[in-house]
Amino acid sequence: MHRLPSSANRSLVAGALEQYCALVMRPKSKTIRQESVRFKTQGPIESYGLKRYSTAEATVASTSKIREKTLTMETLNPQVKAVEYAVRGLIVMKADEIERCLREGGKQPFTEVIKANIGDAHAMGQQPITFLRQVVALCTFPELMDSPGFPEDAKARAQRILRGCGGTSLGSYTASQGVECIRQDIATYIGQRDQGVPADWNNIFLTTGASDGIVSILKMLVSGQGASRTGVMIPIPQYPLYSAAIAEMEAVQINYYLDEDNCWALDINELHRAYQAAREHCQPRVICIINPGNPTGQVQSRKCIEEVLHFAYEENLFVMSDEVYQDNVYASGCKFHSFKKVLFEMGPEYFNSVELASFHSTSKGYTGECGFRGGYMEVLNLDPEVKAQLLKLRSVQLCPPVSGQAAMDIIANPPQPDEPSFSLFHQEKTAVLGSLKEKAQLTEEILNSVPGIQCNPVQGAMYAFPRLFIPPKAVEQAKALGMQPDMLYCLRLLEETGICLVPGSGFGQREGTYHFRMTILPTKEKLKVLLDKVSDFHIKFLKDYGTSEVPRG
Amino acid sequence: MLPSRSVWICIQREKKHICHRSSQHVTGLLKSSGSPVITPSPLSSFSFSKSLSGLSAARRGLIQRKMSENGVTARRSKVLTIDTMNATVKKVEYAVRGPIVQRAVQIEKELKEGAKKPFTEVIKANIGDAHAMGQQPITFFRQVLALCSYPELLKDSNFPEDAKHRARRILQGCGGESIGAYSASQGIDCIRQDVARYIERRDGGVPCDPDNVFLSTGASDGIVTMLKLLVAGEGRNRTGIMISIPQYPLYSAALAELGAVQVNYYLDEEKCWGLDISELQRSLEAARQHCNPRALCIINPGNPTGQVQSRQCIEDVIRFAAKENLFLMADEVYQDNVYADGCQFHSFKKVLFEMGPEYSNTVELASFHSTSKCYMGECGFRGGYMEVINLDPEVKEQLSKLVSVRLCPPVPGQALMGLVVNPPQPGEPSYTTFMKERTAVLSALAEKAKLTEQILNTVPGIACNPVQGAMYSFPRITLPERAVKEAKEKGQAPDMLYCMKLLEETGICLVPGSGFGQRDGTYHFRMTILPPVDKLQILLSKLKEFHQRFTKQYS
Repeated sequence: MHRLPSSANRSLVAGALEQYCALVMRPKSKTIRQESVRFKTQGPIESYGLKRYSTAEATVASTSKIREKTLTMETLNPQVKAVEYAVRGLIVMKADEIERCLREGGKQPFTEVIKANIGDAHAMGQQPITFLRQVVALCTFPELMDSPGFPEDAKARAQRILRGCGGTSLGSYTASQGVECIRQDIATYIGQRDQGVPADWNNIFLTTGASDGIVSILKMLVSGQGASRTGVMIPIPQYPLYSAAIAEMEAVQINYYLDEDNCWALDINELHRAYQAAREHCQPRVICIINPGNPTGQVQSRKCIEEVLHFAYEENLFVMSDEVYQDNVYASGCKFHSFKKVLFEMGPEYFNSVELASFHSTSKGYTGECGFRGGYMEVLNLDPEVKAQLLKLRSVQLCPPVSGQAAMDIIANPPQPDEPSFSLFHQEKTAVLGSLKEKAQLTEEILNSVPGIQCNPVQGAMYAFPRLFIPPKAVEQAKALGMQPDMLYCLRLLEETGICLVPGSGFGQREGTYHFRMTILPTKEKLKVLLDKVSDFHIKFLKDYGTSEVPRG
Repeated sequence: MLPSRSVWICIQREKKHICHRSSQHVTGLLKSSGSPVITPSPLSSFSFSKSLSGLSAARRGLIQRKMSENGVTARRSKVLTIDTMNATVKKVEYAVRGPIVQRAVQIEKELKEGAKKPFTEVIKANIGDAHAMGQQPITFFRQVLALCSYPELLKDSNFPEDAKHRARRILQGCGGESIGAYSASQGIDCIRQDVARYIERRDGGVPCDPDNVFLSTGASDGIVTMLKLLVAGEGRNRTGIMISIPQYPLYSAALAELGAVQVNYYLDEEKCWGLDISELQRSLEAARQHCNPRALCIINPGNPTGQVQSRQCIEDVIRFAAKENLFLMADEVYQDNVYADGCQFHSFKKVLFEMGPEYSNTVELASFHSTSKCYMGECGFRGGYMEVINLDPEVKEQLSKLVSVRLCPPVPGQALMGLVVNPPQPGEPSYTTFMKERTAVLSALAEKAKLTEQILNTVPGIACNPVQGAMYSFPRITLPERAVKEAKEKGQAPDMLYCMKLLEETGICLVPGSGFGQRDGTYHFRMTILPPVDKLQILLSKLKEFHQRFTKQYS
């Protein structure tokens, strides 16, 4: 019944293979090993980068090679080479290529590419929150303050933000730490969220998305050489920003594995194991937590957070809590607890000593404003001298984008019940979160109905990270091609259905297990289609590789 | 089926083998700390930490250390201290937002709280922040950005059609037609195309490939990214980066952080901060003794020095880079800011291509532009781009990968960059206003450049080169020996002492020359020419008085 892989299909996998080989067979023997491991991030665009200039270049090169390039793969910063970022890696570049091909009238067995690789809500059709955009528009073009088309509360917010800007313009640099009144709003917001746990606005730093803050804090922490080099504990599976930043800074990545059988829960024993093992070769100094989890979607229990904080306290670790999905909690019985609040509740012994940086962003939650690159971090118990150093470091980049700061302000200070925009705001917010909840359930249900796919409940965040059974023959083929089995799986999925997912190997997983990450963001109708296609593909994939039965977990 | 089952089993086995720390032990630990979980009353410690927050950071640190000695606070020592933090971060310095600016902010607060000072406001002439100095945004740009932010406005008849047209085009380039979607990491396609066409027009037809254009978060982001690619090697093989002295301190800060070797070449103050090839040669050869110089950074028009490079000079630099195999980085963010008669902006790219294929096909060049300067001065949007030429294709992929980790530059900044490179055209409804606004800004800047130079040069002990371009003057100041001595005793750069006193006495915030680098024994400050003419006049006359007073006081 099923067709053999089409020629286009073969060319995709084979194309990827060629790129693998091209690198693996490079003459410099010293770099081979590392590059073959790193290859995942290599792009498919190798061939066309300089094409338009290459005719003249080729002529020159053939007559006489005048000048060696200053910057080549051999002379490139080796730490940059070590960076990997699967969320925008090979598979996404292939997806872009196919999209371009479709646009130019090329034939594919599908009419559109569905990018479920990245948590990009607006790209998937989610509408912006009206109030937020009204305020940003007013800040951008203050003449609109006279327009009757804008509600008064939006105007008041915009005026407040503009008063905080130099020359009352969004076009001025702000203080490197961010606009003062926005930092105050954020502190108030945190205080309310944490049921009265005070937040000092001097501890708030606005950032260019959460990523920027995370990288800054890691940068502060990396030091030492050899066995005293900073080790950073990160969950596996993880969001690959962490591994990328760690690679770039040449810190030591310490993996602690989340328990897939226990709904991706964090097991304190596993933290101890990872920590003890790492102490043999580095100095673990920081633990990173993503809660709700990316890519794993679990929501940490209060007790678990307490255990982690206790562990960090005992082992003298800096805590980084990535809480960008704090509004994205769907499962009944689950609730978001901020690390800061739990730390406070553990008493002054903890609250006055554990160093904590927590991160938030405009990109997720119910706003999904990724393009604005807004975010903040709150630091707690930071040594004052270190804080001054952090501020200095941040000042070199001048300031985070001001419209992103403004967007962050609206999240921290949304319309209140007595304000004119409240009902619309509330309605929009509830609609987005309600639909995400529904899609989280739908995704889990449909995926679990497919033999050979096991999906934990999507308790929060925006992703499902199901485990895949990949037939031994497929695993063999992938190995022969020098790629991860779930990369082979996702490449074929893309080629055959137009669905773009990220292979689990890009996030890290226990050896011998395979996963993919998909967002739950497409509209419900599209999501259903997507899930049906994934189901069909999976069954066909099993058949293609000669498996009709699959073991159940 | 079988092998995979064994894999499944394998995992189960692995789990059992995980080295568990006795769970009893863990529970024990939790129990022992069980009581504080209920939180009796942490408030007391709160008010205490609050009362501490009024103190200076250093004193607070001291108190906390003392407290820990007494065992009042945690027995846990900090993970992150000044001694255990990343040493390269510690080395970073960035004078433009350094101690003098921090003090200025403090004084502003004091004024707000009613403190008596010999002045009523702080004038921040430390940073090229046009809007903060009262410059008005370009209407067209803001209209399009407002339309992009809130597309409902596309129905509003008050917005001109060309603004709406631009907004629609930008939105069509965004995922889900929203500026809230991530863009491609390299930037929105249609904006990169517009940038490429702009470069072609600017450079008299020299072709530009949109694939070579990377949008960035301000120019700084692009510069740091390119430097990051270039840094490699250890010891004598460590990458050296040649930068001008005086320089914009982003360069020295980035080099310190990356652990690269800073290779200084000095601009010639006597020749209006001209770049001298023999100085490049000297600096390069000296550096080769201890590092591997691989890149040459040029800022044209100059920051902080305001010179505009001649075409001939650019050609010489390119020839030098080609001969010595150096990667060229051309910081051209002030490309529209050229004021002096006889001066003209020439892009490195254009000159490179005019030098023929021998150069244009080989010399690796990255050039940078931004929305923050020129006539728009939109610093807060953090828009910018870089164009890379002759980059090794594999390296370019690595560059793409590296920028992808940060997802994308802010989309409103990208949109703005798109407008700067594709402004209203003759015949479009917004053209007249746009040109009027643009011309007004640029001619005011030209006027202020002249005014600054003239007034400063009337002060004995201040010598100011013509401000040919950019937004700053960087005059040389003669400081009395006693002042130099006093500064040295305080462990301060003499021009830091000068600028601190200036700030305390007049409220004027400038940046000492030592923050940019200068020849030993010379002293300078950088001031922007951005305040409105009347304010600038006041600033300059206050400065004049201060300088005379300072000179008298210390002689």
